Amino acid sequence: VNSAAPLDAEAWHRLHPLSPVIRAGRVIIGLAAVVGGALLSGGREGRGGVIGRLPFLGIVIVIGVISWLVTRWRIEDGDLRIETGLLRRQSLRFPLTQIQAIDIVRPALARVFGLSELRLRMGGSGGSAGRLAYLTAGEAESVRTQLLALSRGSSQVLAPDAKPVSDRVLTSVPVGRLIGSILASGIAVVILAVLVGLVVAELVAPQAVVPIISSSGAIGIGLLTVVWRRLNSGYKLTVAETPDGLRLSSGLLDTSAETIPTGRIQAVQMVEPLLWRPLGWVRLEADVAGRHRREGENAAEGRQLRALLPVGTRQEADRLLGYLLPEAPAERSPAPTRARLKSPLRYHNLSWGRNQRYAVTTTGRLARVTCWIPLAKVQSLRLVQGPLQRRLRLATIHLDTAGRNLHSAIRDRDADEARQVLQELTGSARTDRQAESRTRANASK
Amino acid sequence: MILDVASTPPDEVWLHPSPRLASMRRVEVAVATGVAAFVVLVVIAVGTLVGIPGLIPAGLLLLIGVLVAGFLGDRFAQRRVRAWAYRERDDDLLVQRGVMISRLSLVPYGRMQFIDVVAGPVERAYGLATVRMHTAAAASDARIPGLTQEEAARLRDHLAELGEAKAAGL
Repeated sequence: VNSAAPLDAEAWHRLHPLSPVIRAGRVIIGLAAVVGGALLSGGREGRGGVIGRLPFLGIVIVIGVISWLVTRWRIEDGDLRIETGLLRRQSLRFPLTQIQAIDIVRPALARVFGLSELRLRMGGSGGSAGRLAYLTAGEAESVRTQLLALSRGSSQVLAPDAKPVSDRVLTSVPVGRLIGSILASGIAVVILAVLVGLVVAELVAPQAVVPIISSSGAIGIGLLTVVWRRLNSGYKLTVAETPDGLRLSSGLLDTSAETIPTGRIQAVQMVEPLLWRPLGWVRLEADVAGRHRREGENAAEGRQLRALLPVGTRQEADRLLGYLLPEAPAERSPAPTRARLKSPLRYHNLSWGRNQRYAVTTTGRLARVTCWIPLAKVQSLRLVQGPLQRRLRLATIHLDTAGRNLHSAIRDRDADEARQVLQELTGSARTDRQAESRTRANASK
Repeated sequence: MILDVASTPPDEVWLHPSPRLASMRRVEVAVATGVAAFVVLVVIAVGTLVGIPGLIPAGLLLLIGVLVAGFLGDRFAQRRVRAWAYRERDDDLLVQRGVMISRLSLVPYGRMQFIDVVAGPVERAYGLATVRMHTAAAASDARIPGLTQEEAARLRDHLAELGEAKAAGL
């Protein structure tokens, strides 16, 4: 495939012919495991098991081939258009000006064949994500460059190989520290507790250990999967500044490279877990609009934010924050003392600050969570007062952003102050929003 | 009850849902109480026919309990109805609600993605409708129940018009 092909705006393109094979990849890997087992044991049942599964594999591949045959895509009038479906024809259009982020995902099997999947993250809360699975790696890169150029509103399309992309690496995570951070996290504590429990069970009732292990195997696999995902998603995570925006790339076996265009970050959050505090480590996460779930993620993980810095020192975090949020407010005022009665665990973390462009809130019971919200991104504000808060003359202001699950609230402020703050924030948010709209309108001219 | 957003200029008024919402809520509570009372009566009747002793006094106590709960439920529902209020300001819509937990939502017109007008069968019978504003944030919930259908239509058109005029990107 020549890399200039996607530039032809009129032509329809197909996905890579190997796509069905990679989509059936899990089945193939499972089958390979069974075949391997059968060859090792040499038993007849093993071979029978393999033959019994072949039709299933065949069906998966045939479905994949049909879906490959009926799927085609092209870029027209500033939209990405994907047509797919045999019985139920679907024609999807993704307006490129509304792209929130573009991911290039490469599962391990696709990497073997040098293929990549391209995903568009759109602003809507539901709906299907724009997926092009799979393209060759070069093709994916050039399509991404092209889509990002179109999304900025520039009409002339740059030749994909015309300019060498000058990336400036902002942060990168050492592997040793990543492993350390996983060892000092809640999940490690859970695993340790399970192991201690097993040792105790071994000492008390040795005959009960084997049934316990065999019956809780699924939980163990689940825990290991979580650990693995965390390792894989944070492995060599590098944040770089590119002309298109922030580029996040990471991955050990399954790699992904995500591009967040400038100005699409809805909020930034810094988490300081209790166990990391002696080590001085923090985690930085960014929130981007659109509900989006990666393949193989469960709902809880789908709500997780994209880590910009899975684990880093405070200095690294500050440097990255300085780049992401220039002139973020430095001063914060703590909550009134009587808030201790309402939020005894949170109280020592509660504070907030603001300036003309950002609001910053701190909260959290065990982990300290600091959240920066550009006021221009605020969707709506809510002032909430519960019964206990009314008695204590406190109120909470929630700042709703279009992000996935980042919840930012100025908790337990004096009720009078909260009312005044609500007015002020509304005014600042309006000014910032209008300024941003103007900037954007000028940029697209 | 109302948080009384500071410095309400006198010319800007808080609007409230239609008074018919109060009678609708009252009928809803009455129907629920009636159903519960009916179930209690049926249990007493069947139990007495089968011959379980001591059911009538216990049943009557339960019946009184149901009626008292209905009465208290109605009072609470009425207070909640009275707590609903909304105000259209120059740049945003304010919605106030809640008795126990009072909430004040502030939605800038430019942030409204779309506006729903929903009327369930009961609401339709009373000629009422609920207007719901959606922004790109899932957390922001601004809805106003119990508007007369004319008011709902007016609000919808007005908000849509303002939303278009002040729309801002994400």
